Amino acid sequence: MLDMTPVETIERQALRINPAKTCQPIGALYAALGIHRCLPHSHGSQGCCSYHRSHLTRHFKEPIMASTSSFTEGAAVFGGAANLRQALKNIFHIYNPDVVAVHTTCLSETIGDDIPSIVKAARDEGIIPEGKHVIHANTPSYVGSHVTGFANMARAMAELFAQRNGGAKDQINVVPGFVEPSDMREIKRILFEMGVKAVVFPDTSDVLDAPQTGRHAFYPKGGVTVDSLISTGDSRMTFSLGPYASEEAGKILRTRFEIPNKVLDLPVGIGATDRFIEAVMGVTGTEPPEAMMDDRGRLVDMMTDNQQYFYGKRAAVFGDPDHVVSMTEFLRDLGMQPVYVVTGTPGRRFETAVKGILAQAVPDAKVKAFSDLFELHQWIKKEPVDLLVGNTYGKFIARAEDIPFVRFGFPILDRVGHGYFPCVGYRGGMRLVEKILGVLQDREDRDSPDHSIELVM
Amino acid sequence: MHQGSDEKREHGPDPAQFVEEVVRDYPAKVARKRLRHIVPVSPDGQCEIQANVRTIPGIITQRGCCYAGCKGVVIGPIADMVHIVHGPIGCSYYTWMTRRNQAKPREDGQYYLDYCFSTDMQEDAIVFGGEKKLKAAIREAHEIFRPKAISIHATCPAGLIGDDVVRVGDEMSKELGIPVFGFACEGYKGVSQSAGHHIANNGLFKHVVGRKDIPPDGYAVNMLGEYNIGGDAWEIERILNRCGISILSTFSGNGSFDEIARSHTANLNIIQCHRSINYMAEMMETKFGVPWLKGNFIGIKATSKTLWKIARFFEDPALTQRIEAVIMEEEAQAGVEIAPYRGRLAGKTVALFVGGSRAHHYQDLFKDLGMKVIAAGYEFAHRDDYEGRDVLPFLKVDADSQNIEELKVDKDPERYRPRIDDEKRKRLMAEGVISTYGGMMPEMDKGAVVIDDISHHELEKLIERFKPDLICSGIKDKYVIEKWGIPSKQLHNYDYGGPYAGYLGAVNFARDIDMRVNGPAWGFITPPWKKKPILEAAFGAAA
Repeated sequence: MLDMTPVETIERQALRINPAKTCQPIGALYAALGIHRCLPHSHGSQGCCSYHRSHLTRHFKEPIMASTSSFTEGAAVFGGAANLRQALKNIFHIYNPDVVAVHTTCLSETIGDDIPSIVKAARDEGIIPEGKHVIHANTPSYVGSHVTGFANMARAMAELFAQRNGGAKDQINVVPGFVEPSDMREIKRILFEMGVKAVVFPDTSDVLDAPQTGRHAFYPKGGVTVDSLISTGDSRMTFSLGPYASEEAGKILRTRFEIPNKVLDLPVGIGATDRFIEAVMGVTGTEPPEAMMDDRGRLVDMMTDNQQYFYGKRAAVFGDPDHVVSMTEFLRDLGMQPVYVVTGTPGRRFETAVKGILAQAVPDAKVKAFSDLFELHQWIKKEPVDLLVGNTYGKFIARAEDIPFVRFGFPILDRVGHGYFPCVGYRGGMRLVEKILGVLQDREDRDSPDHSIELVM
Repeated sequence: MHQGSDEKREHGPDPAQFVEEVVRDYPAKVARKRLRHIVPVSPDGQCEIQANVRTIPGIITQRGCCYAGCKGVVIGPIADMVHIVHGPIGCSYYTWMTRRNQAKPREDGQYYLDYCFSTDMQEDAIVFGGEKKLKAAIREAHEIFRPKAISIHATCPAGLIGDDVVRVGDEMSKELGIPVFGFACEGYKGVSQSAGHHIANNGLFKHVVGRKDIPPDGYAVNMLGEYNIGGDAWEIERILNRCGISILSTFSGNGSFDEIARSHTANLNIIQCHRSINYMAEMMETKFGVPWLKGNFIGIKATSKTLWKIARFFEDPALTQRIEAVIMEEEAQAGVEIAPYRGRLAGKTVALFVGGSRAHHYQDLFKDLGMKVIAAGYEFAHRDDYEGRDVLPFLKVDADSQNIEELKVDKDPERYRPRIDDEKRKRLMAEGVISTYGGMMPEMDKGAVVIDDISHHELEKLIERFKPDLICSGIKDKYVIEKWGIPSKQLHNYDYGGPYAGYLGAVNFARDIDMRVNGPAWGFITPPWKKKPILEAAFGAAA
């Protein structure tokens, strides 16, 4: 397993090995699935759309519907306008969506296809039926990562739908981040329990966790509606959960409608969830309900009850920046030592945030954005860790180095549950504690000699 | 339950009427085009179908791109090489361990299948060109791993900005002193993965095949177009070895650079996947004189038939006797083991939409199980895969495929070695042993429907009208099909099972299909109270 990885690191300028990220369009496609009756459309070669659909299907174990402009060499030379017009005509005729959300690819970006003018021409020619919408996001694969693509499509939703229609409503906007349908559902529940009316967008709950009923709904019942998206221009405030995935959407609403945008960490773990709850309290002016305080108390109870299993354990965390930042803080709060913290997404902000979190607890932690799993593995080979937290690709390092491993983030291709059970909020925190504790205790059970194996832990 | 009524399954809808219904929901132009891809099998099995033409934009298709066919399918499985993808990160990332082409390291330990290499192209490369970065990446790979060979794969933007991966490969070969070769397999080329297969065949033939001469061995063969999904290649190897036949190299499952380098010394090429590798068989025959035969190791009878063909080719009584003995023993054993599953599966209906050869291969295995194929189609095949190679002289290359290079191959003046004389060649060809493939359609039942490059809409219509007991497809369709309450078997990744090839594989497959079709979970889709005529309510009754 990963036997060719040497311990010694050389400085690489050009070769990416075992990435901790993928490209923008898949994030845009995922976000677009969070609009009710929306068909995501990939403007590029067929392969992009095929890869993204396959990959999201492997992660969610759900149908992923999306169409493609099916570029051939001719389109690559002469431009993809004809393909997109033809695609729009066919899509509205055959699949009848309310919204088509076009995202670009490195191909259409490199040749410079101008999506707004192609869409405008299509509308002028009557290709786009009355009352139907085509939105778009530029998602060049050679900039940022899949998280950037999510952010760009979330921004497009705000930019192309939001209207000011008569003053501030008693509602807030929440951009939940590149999280699971379970997380979006939990965020909505928390807001509801705290008495806040909110437009959560995108919202893939009831889309990518659809029940087995014997009927496939091409457009499942979930997703944020166009009316709700239009109304985001009248909201009092936007909460952007996770700067990398969500800030762009909040920023455009602030720029256009002067709606204050509060950028928060993804509410994963106790600290980040507390800050989220406090922010919501700032809107409602009231304390959270008792049931939610009980959830919090139960999470803290699990943390205090099990400190001996966490204390001083060296951990490595990798994945998407918003996820990793909050997870690092949570591991620190559990008493662990996150010594290696890595994301594949570029951006200094990540390193600043993580270093801030670890300044006191682990001042010499290795923290790196725009890194990869090959580098992380080399660090681990040099000085091992007691726990690895990250997406499915971590299992190869975990196996090679025999490290307890918790799957967290995107993608999780080899286990189920993430789509149904949240990681956000106090309840999500409890789930994470259970998962982390489980692998650490399993390891202790495996490695203890017979005379010291514990019945009670 | 998920199954249609018995009446429906016996008779099914009228195929011609079904075809009409399917295209009714399309715009007129689309309907006209799609009609040529949807063909009921005629009584004589002789029918024409449109294939290997571009997918209509906006239609939800199974198809991928040229790069996927080259790097993802043919070159990626070669385990002892470093494969660098030149482009933004996604293309390399999505072909990282996703295709289940298993392999084991050889004695030298070189093994890279669990690695993903990319130049991770950024905006500056798009603007200023990426060749400099590509060269640097190749040097870094060489410095870190010291691999025996490196391949480079172009993605859409690399081609558009004019980066020449073929030239960079040649230059880096000279600089580093190891084989480095580029594949210009940009995603927009051709109309599907198929173009990429061809490009990959050309590259392997030019740069690897024939690199190392070894003395010829009597029963040494190559397995062409066998990708070792779920360990298929190892089961094929087990059977061939039992017969006394050795595999010199496999293209390209469990693939090895060194083994492919000597593959031209084999005495026979056995083609499993005709679509992806027939180019290689023809080029090896022209240059080195290696004959080829189309086999199929999917299915009990199919495996035996393939072994018979091999016996007929070598015409050695001792070998024939061994093959006969292996067939007797293995068929008997497998027959006993699949019998209980067959009892539960016989008569059930199945539709298969996959690949460029698998939709044909698996029909043989379903016959072993007594299941009835009511519809089938390929994702990226050509007409010869549907209608047989006799159609080849009549195929026209359209504008989308004309830029895919046809290598000009000549007899190698020193190394060409005829394995059989002309008279035997003619005889074996006439008997259908070598140099021939009859395609899928002639072997299908009259009235079955063939759909090329099936769309999402067509799949849903098929489910609605035929209500098959099982649909075989890939990951993108799987959960659509199962949300309709119909079991789906993935024939790309085998739902993480396998091997399904050979005799042991057939037994695995029978068990997995029984599990999928007859599994208890399907029975819970309808809650019990929906199955009862009247709802009784204690609370309500008092009011």
